[in-house]
Formats: sequence, C-alpha cells, structure tokens
Amino acid sequence: MRLSIDHRTVYRFTAPQSRLVQMLRMTPENSHDQTVARWRIDVDCDATMRRGRDGFGNAVTMLYAEGPIADIEIAVRGEVLTSHSDGVVRGVREVLPPAVFLRATEATPRDPAIAAFAAEVTAGAEGPVGMLHRLNRALHERFALDRARPAPGLSAAEAFARPAATSRDLAHIFAVAARSLDIPARYVSGYSIVEGSLRPTPHGWAEAHVERLGWVGFDPCTGRSPQEESVRVAAALDASGAAPVAGSRLGEGEEELDVAVKVSAAQ
Amino acid sequence: MMLSRTASSLYWLGRYIERADFFARLIEATVRLDVMSSRPAGEVAWSSALAVTETEVDFAAHGGTLTQTDVVRFLTVDTSHPGSVIRCLDRARNNAKAVRTALSREAWTAINRAWLVFESRSQVGDAAQTLRLVESVKNETRGFEGAVHQMLRNQSHWFIRLGQAVERADNTARLLDVKYHILLPEGEAVGGIVDRDQWTTILQVVSAVTAYRWLYSDGLTPANVIDLLIASHDLPRSLTASADTTVELLGLLAERTGSHGEADRMARMRAARLGRTRSGEVIASGLHQYLQAFIRENGQLHEAIGRQFRFG
Amino acid sequence: MGKRPAFDEIMGMDGDTPPRLPLAALGKWLADTPDDELRRRQETAETTFRQLGITFAVYGDTDTRERIIPFDIVPRVFLADEWAKLSEGLVQRVEAINAFLDDIYGERRILKEGVLPEDLILGNPQFRPEIAGMRPPHGIWAHICGIDLVRTGPDAFFVLEDNARTPSGVSYMLENREAMVRLCPELFREYRVEPVDSYPDRLLETMKSVAPRGGSSGPVCVVLTPGHYNSAYYEHSFLADSMGIELVEAADLVVDDDQVWMRTIAGRVRVDVIYRRVDDDYLDPLVFRADSMLGVPGLIAAYAAGNVAIINAPGNGIADDKAIYSYMPEIVRFYSGGEAKLPNVETWRCREPQALQYVLDHLDEVVVKLVDGSGGYGMLVGPTASRQEIEDFRRALIAEPHRYIAQPTLALSTVPTLADSGLSPRHVDFRPFVLTGSKGVQVVPGGLTRVALKEGSLVVNSSQGGGTKDSFVLMADGQRQTQSMGGMTQSQGFGA
Repeated sequence: MRLSIDHRTVYRFTAPQSRLVQMLRMTPENSHDQTVARWRIDVDCDATMRRGRDGFGNAVTMLYAEGPIADIEIAVRGEVLTSHSDGVVRGVREVLPPAVFLRATEATPRDPAIAAFAAEVTAGAEGPVGMLHRLNRALHERFALDRARPAPGLSAAEAFARPAATSRDLAHIFAVAARSLDIPARYVSGYSIVEGSLRPTPHGWAEAHVERLGWVGFDPCTGRSPQEESVRVAAALDASGAAPVAGSRLGEGEEELDVAVKVSAAQ
Repeated sequence: MMLSRTASSLYWLGRYIERADFFARLIEATVRLDVMSSRPAGEVAWSSALAVTETEVDFAAHGGTLTQTDVVRFLTVDTSHPGSVIRCLDRARNNAKAVRTALSREAWTAINRAWLVFESRSQVGDAAQTLRLVESVKNETRGFEGAVHQMLRNQSHWFIRLGQAVERADNTARLLDVKYHILLPEGEAVGGIVDRDQWTTILQVVSAVTAYRWLYSDGLTPANVIDLLIASHDLPRSLTASADTTVELLGLLAERTGSHGEADRMARMRAARLGRTRSGEVIASGLHQYLQAFIRENGQLHEAIGRQFRFG
Repeated sequence: MGKRPAFDEIMGMDGDTPPRLPLAALGKWLADTPDDELRRRQETAETTFRQLGITFAVYGDTDTRERIIPFDIVPRVFLADEWAKLSEGLVQRVEAINAFLDDIYGERRILKEGVLPEDLILGNPQFRPEIAGMRPPHGIWAHICGIDLVRTGPDAFFVLEDNARTPSGVSYMLENREAMVRLCPELFREYRVEPVDSYPDRLLETMKSVAPRGGSSGPVCVVLTPGHYNSAYYEHSFLADSMGIELVEAADLVVDDDQVWMRTIAGRVRVDVIYRRVDDDYLDPLVFRADSMLGVPGLIAAYAAGNVAIINAPGNGIADDKAIYSYMPEIVRFYSGGEAKLPNVETWRCREPQALQYVLDHLDEVVVKLVDGSGGYGMLVGPTASRQEIEDFRRALIAEPHRYIAQPTLALSTVPTLADSGLSPRHVDFRPFVLTGSKGVQVVPGGLTRVALKEGSLVVNSSQGGGTKDSFVLMADGQRQTQSMGGMTQSQGFGA
C-alpha cells in the first residue's frame, strides 16, 4: 500500500520567543514491511536542523531557531510503501533488550486494577500471542474511542477508570497490562488511515515482545494488529518518550498548539 | 570572555553594596541631625529619610511612628520590605555568592561579614547603639571597597564599579531632590534662611563636609552645596563624577569586549552635558525637574547597560 | 551496647602499643599539645570556613541557617606502603567501573555471559535507556570517582560505596589541608606529606584530555552548577575558581546546531567539556524530566553527536547503585580478569529469600540500607537502634525486600578526635578521589576523612552530625623525623 502523509504542527505563542529548541521524532525508517519513498520536514522560519538518534534508536531531528518567534509551523509530508506483516515488526533497529520494556513509567505505572483486568481477560488463552490478542480485543470492546487530543499528564491508571479513551491512553493501558503479565511492551507513534483520514494527532498503538516472534504490534483502537495501513515512526516506554515533538522555548507567555494529520492511500 | 549572568550579578552586587552604604550614611546623618544638632529635628528628619529611600509607603503600611527607634529599625533590620540595609546586604551577598569565582576571597569575605553583622538581628537600640551598628556596616563596605580596589583590574572589577557608579548617581540625585524640597518650600528663594544643620546633613551623607570647606571659602550656602553635588569633578559622589566614572568604566569594558554599544553612547552624552552644566542655571530653571530628569535618564542608562552586555 | 574493640589508627588496638611506629611522633604531639591549644586552633579554622562560606544546608531541616561541617584538628594518616596498596585497588576498581559502564550501555557482554541477573540492570531506574547507544568521547564514563572506604585493622580496608555520579567533598580535602598547614605547621616539618593542592590542575588536565576537539586555543571547559542555593555550591565555585574556568548555570548555556555555547558579554563562546554537578534528571528537559525548568535543552543531542564531553557521563548511576554494589567483586573479576584487590563489605541482598531471612533474624546486629537512599537516610544501625526502629524496619523489609541490602556492623577504625571532654577515639571513614582521563587513571594522594563526632556513632554523614579531618598520605621517604617539634628535642626518628 502506498500511504501519503501530511502532518502539520503549529505553535502560536502569546509573546514572541527569543529561542526555540525542539526534538522531532517525525521520521519513519525503512524496515521489512515499510519503505519510505519520499519524506521531508519543513519549518516556516529560519532554523537549523540536525539529524540524530535517541536512546531508543529512533531517528530524531533537532530543530534550533533563533527568535523573535511568534509562531512556528512544522510541516511533514511524505509517502511510504507498506506491506502486510500480521503486525510482526521485522528489520527495525533495536538498541535495547526487550526486558527494558518491563519497567513502569510515570504515564504507565504498575496498577492493580489494570493487572486484575489483564489476568481476567487472558485467563485460559493459548500462549503469549493468544493472551495479547485477547487483551487487545478486550480493551477495544471496553472503551469508547475518544478522538480528542489526549489530556496531558493523564496516566494509564487514571485513563483506565474512564469510559472513553484516546489511542494514546489505550496503548498505555495495553502496555501496563502486558507488563503485568511479564511481557515487555512499549508505545509506538506513527500514522494510520484506519480510524478516519483526518486526525488531531498522530496515531499511537502498542507493541509487545514475544519469544521467537519478536516485537508484535497491537492496536486497541481497532482490536487488531496494525497492518499495511500503518506507518511506524518511533517507539519508547511511553508516549512521552516517542513524542513527535519535545520542545523547549525561551520566552514569556503561553503557547497554543494546533495539529492536523491527514493520511490517505495514494493511487 | 565573561558570562553575561556573571556580569549582571557583579553589576547588581555593586549597586546593592553602594545602596547599603548610602542607607547607612543617611541613617547616621539623620541620627546626628535629630539628636545632636542645636535644634532637634524630629519627625521632619525621619520622614525625609524615608522619602530619600522611597520607603514612605512601606513604612506607613507597616504602622510605625516617625521616631528614631521605629524608622531606624525599619531602615536597617526589617526584612519585610526591600528598602532596608539588611535586604540590600542580603541581595548583595546572594549576587556575590552567584559569582564567587569572579571575586577575590577578601571581597567575598567583606560582604559575608557585613551580612553576618545583621543576620538574625531584630533590634537596634538607642542612638549610640545605632551609630555603632551603622559604623560597622560602613566598615565592612569600606573593607569591600578596599578589596575590590585590590582585585585585578579586570572585567569583574569594572562591572562592580559600574554598578556602584550608576547607583551612586541615583542616590545623590534623590538625596538632593528630597532635602532641597524640605529645606526650600515652594516660593522661597535660594538665598533665604540657611538651616545649617540640614545642609550639613547632606554633606555628611555624601562624605563631603571637609571637601566643602576646602572648595568653598564663603561659608555654607545652599547654592554651593548644590554646585558641589552636581558639578564637581572631584567629589566622588557628585553627579558629574559618577557620570565620568561610568564613561570610563564602559570604555574599559568596550576595549575588552571589542565593541562599543548603546550604553557607551548614552553615558558619553550625559557626561558631556553635565560638563557644560552651570548649577546656578539649574537652580534658576528648576532643580526638582532637573533632578527628576536625571534620575529617569540614569534608569534608561541602566537598561541600556543590561542590553549591551546581554544580561536579559 | 558495650564498647566494641576498634582499631585506633594512631593509638593502636588497646591504646598503649602504637601499631604504626611512624605515627608515634603524632601521638606524642597529641599528648604534648594542650587540649585548649588544639581547641583554639580548631576554632580558628572553623571561623575561617564560616567566613569563606564553606557551608551546607541540611535536607529536611527547618532551620535554614547555613552550617559549616565541623572540622577536627587531629589528622588521619596513611603510610606510604598502605597508600600504594590502596591506590592499586582503587585504580583496578575504577577501571572496572568504566569498563562496566561502557559495556552496559553498549554491547552488554556481562549480561549475555550471565554474570549479572538481567533484571538487576534492565529494570533498574538508574539504567537510563534514554542514552543507550551513546558513547562518551574516548569511551570514558566515570572521570571522577569517590570510593568510600572503611578500615577495621592495620591491613583491612573495605569498599563501602562507590560514587560515580557527582562525588562531592574534594573542596574539604583541599581546604582542610590549607587550614592544617596554617595552624599546625610543625606537623609538616615532622612528616613529609604528599601535597593535594595539585588536584585542580589534575582535574583540568583530565577534562581537557577528554575534549572531543582540539581547537587552536585549547578546549573550553566549564563547571555546571544548579546554582548558589545548592548545598554543595561552595565546592562548585571553589573548583571552577581553582581551575580558572567558568562556573555556569544551565541558563548560561545554549545548544545550537548540536553544539554547546555559553552566553558571554561579548556573544557566544563554544564549550567543549562540561563538568556537571547536576543530576541526570536536570541535564536536558527534552530527554529527561520534561517538567524541569532547569537543564539545557538539546544538551544530550550535542552529547550524542560527539560535540561535547559531559563529566561524569549521563547514566553513571547504574555503576554506583547500592543494588549493584554487592556484585562489584564479580564486575571487577569480569573486566580485570583478576580478583578485586579491595574487597567489598559482606552484603546480604534482601531480594534473595535466604539473605532476607538471615537479616530479619539478626536485625539488632546488622546495618540495613535502602538501595535507593543516600546521605545516611533510610538506614538502620542495628546495635544502636531502638526496639521501635527495629520493628519499623522489619515491617518495611518484609513489605519490599528488594529495596534493601544489609551489612554486618563493622568495627570501624577510630582516630583521636577533639571532643568536649578532650581527645577521644571516634569512628572514621574515607573517600579518596580517582581521576580518569584519556591518558589513564590517577589517585590523588589524600582524600576526605569523615568522622562520626558522637561517641560510639558509626554514622559519618555531614547531615547526621559528622565532621571532617585532614588526611595525610606520607611520602615514601617521609616517615622519619627530620626536626624537633613541639616540646620534643631532635631525635633520630622512630624505628631507626
């Protein structure tokens, strides 16, 4: 499948900023089932950009801009060819051993309620893959999908108590649940056309590590593994570690964020 | 090359030390005026001290009476408002601490000792005790002056002195403005009755009693005192001398950093203008307006310095 | 609790047979100098320290007044041959720490070969995945290590704790020596003591040696401090000052184009080496704590790009973690190929059921420590603890055994110390400082001796009533008297 992506992020500041430093995780990389045909990041002000990698092995772009900056738009456009993989991730640069992804984070803390839920819905399942698929479906059925932008700072434990959840929160809950079963799990950010073509944020789902199979994707928004309709960009312990933009600015005032993501199947 | 933050701290250190020293001398002179002069000055003296330090509003809110005990305590050891000696020393010390590496041990020790004089002190006592306290502050600030003088003639040294010069200009202008107001109610001519004690007080605050005698042979007159405080190149605390010093220090810094800026230009213009000023004309055309304009301009120069050395 | 027989480093085990003959002169000096005179000198030193502002703030203390760490006038002495042996052990240990860090953030051979349990590292919060795969310039991670040692006998030294993050205390080593030279010059006529004042030069040399680029005027090095409200600020400014380099705060640094610059009055200046005295969490808000207002955004990107050296490297916490400590003998063996020359204190890992049972059965004899605690907090000293404290720890241990380790209560050596009642033995520990640059490892001949000022106490932390002493390392040919001292007449030296 040929997927075309248009991802625009606009920051507007109530007072001009004298300096801006941002770390962008917005570059997908080639793997067995994903080939980047065309990709570019554009910024509408004078800025220097440098490419590198974070500790999780994700491709990052450092963006440095001198002020005064009243607003900045980051436009990401590209095309990616994907193929069917049953959610199994192959040919991706792995820096860290899977066991690292058993640890809890602030956004994905150990939580007795999620652990109890995980134990309950996976009881009697065949092997880890069976358990994970059950967990994925159970989360899909339990929560209504909230298409709004995720609430900052909301942890998986807090999200679990609500009736509706965003894709980020569902992936967080999935990770916490899988880790409670002693299965390494992580958060993945990327793009997907499944849930409508226009979104207020990039998509997020989860991956779990299964012996002999490696990392396998699970998307609780659909209750299935991500297929060729998804483009994988970054993975980390939780959404903050895989965030498309981590930023810091020097200046007074508030910031307003506007994100629009359009993913479509190109002909 | 010096960090901008360091330059900022040194400059503020200079300002606060100078301010603490000025407060100390103002209190000392006012105590003398109140207690030791031929006619006790009382409330007027203490309210003018508050006016000079711009703390009347804070003092009123504080609810004290215009007596020596209350005002002195308020201006020295009261930590509830920024206009006390202890708060100046505290901020001087904090700035000094932030730039320990740019100071000599002696300079730091002097500030720390001045601060220790006040630390955890809440009362000042009678006139004699007040004078002793004030004397010890002056000793320590003098010690600091001495230590700064001993420091390498480098950027650290110049930024401290720059802060002192800018603060000094402000303090002297304010002192003259307030005292002149009190001494010469509107409509009264400059040549009128001379309150010797009051005019002597002004000279004491700027350490110019002896200098005055050397320079003016025709006795104590307001016009001469004003002339001395505005136009003398020789009295370190005069407006002209402070302006000259500012130009000199900015020149040394420009040489070191390799570029002149906005602050240099402003300071040079001011010094040139002061050099042409005749104090008699200033008095005739309105001393108050003149001093207010000077204080405003000094504030603008302060901001230009911040921009030029990237303090922001 | 009865008095435990402790080895006194000057007086010996029983107080009348000096075990280290060269120190007899020191014992004589102590006997001949009146307590009042010693006290007067000690007070002079403390007054100087206060005026210099060598102060610290105690955590959790409501009294915010700054305090000085008490200084004791009686020095602690290492003989040349003792020091030579110690140094060998220290070098070996620090080399192993560096090799371990390079491995654990790189290939992880030590895990693949099963020497350490995987979850001990990978699940440990001190292992920072954020910097995995990044390698510091020259592959050196722990440039400055402080290794805490205790002594129980003439030849018995043990490592109590490794400090591979931002070990502090070196300013005390230098200031205490300054004070001793000034106040007790006769001791330096008596003994030839290895000087410590070259430390700042050696540190600067170490920093320069790991700079990622040469540059025409040499690399630009800075010390990064959290600011003057930090309890160790004096040390930060002291070090910057004595190396003649800038002391910067995070706000003084900017990262542009993956390079680090400092803001000066004449514009930006490129920075090559940062000796940081801030925790990993506050280095870069883009990578570590996003909510932190501190930190230099982009610093880790500059580091990952190889454009700046950070001293010590981020991620080092995994090497000095208390949970890792008990595995240090294995770690040293794995990387050096030989046995550790400096042994660990025997340690029970409470995460192991058998060890936990032993500890629970002997709570009144052992010292229990929180794996993630520091500064003497979260610690039980069994023999001096109240019944209530013991029961509290018992509950805590049963609830979360993996958070604790336990060690036997050691009979720490003592050194005569000036107490209110006069000279009296007090327990001490020792922190030497080890520098690692691209040209090798060196041990500075001296260190920080901490002393528990309370009689019988084993807690030497400054936040818990500890003080400091100067630590003499005698030169190889320096253990002979050369001149008369105090009330003594000239003599030929001891043991001659």
